[in-house]
Amino acid sequence: MQVRIRYFAALREAVGTPEEALDLPDGATITQARALLAERQPALAALLPACAAAVNRSYAPADAPLSEGAELAFIPPLGGG
Amino acid sequence: MADKTKARKAAPRPPTPAAPAVSAMPTEPPASIISITRDPLDSAAIRALEQAVTTAGAGGVVTFAGVVRDNARGKRVRSLEYDAYPEMAESEMARIAAEVARRWPESALAMVHRIGPLAIGECSVVVVAACPHRAEAFEACRYAIDTLKASVPIWKKEFYEDGEEWVEG
Repeated sequence: MQVRIRYFAALREAVGTPEEALDLPDGATITQARALLAERQPALAALLPACAAAVNRSYAPADAPLSEGAELAFIPPLGGG
Repeated sequence: MADKTKARKAAPRPPTPAAPAVSAMPTEPPASIISITRDPLDSAAIRALEQAVTTAGAGGVVTFAGVVRDNARGKRVRSLEYDAYPEMAESEMARIAAEVARRWPESALAMVHRIGPLAIGECSVVVVAACPHRAEAFEACRYAIDTLKASVPIWKKEFYEDGEEWVEG
């Protein structure tokens, strides 16, 4: 299956793109996606551990399974206000 | 004396207004105003938000404005840049507004966060809570800004004399 990864703030600068498609085995979890991205993108490896995750624009726990076409974003520590 | 009395009687009564002066104000709290914007949150924009949520029954209107400061953690800050996950930020802000409406049913709320480059002294976020009384207006406004900072996906980059950094908080 394929999911859409969106990058913001420090993550976007680290990877140099606002989004990309990621192929994952069916039923893969956020944790698996995170591990795969860290392996493929060394620039992300240092940043991802501090990030929360959101699936389809809502915060999601690490063990949440992903589905085809899902929008996955890693959320660095917040700075709004 | 008589003349005076007569004069008073003869004086036209002040016209009864067809409607009270507040007739232009909505009487029902409007739906919450929520947005992420690149436009400046200047005093006119803030005033417009205050007017939009102030109904005839609002006796207390509390506005919080977050302003870009020239220093952070002992460093001199030259400017800031905010980034957001706009769709999720607006849905998280809608969640906050729904909770404010649940806790303070007679309130009306406006919550707008600016993103993009901001200069020192510019306003980054505005929260307006209008309620029948001041206590709940303060509480609702405080709840909304505190929860925004904790849950809405917005990020801040500080630019210093000698570098730049995405920072938490």
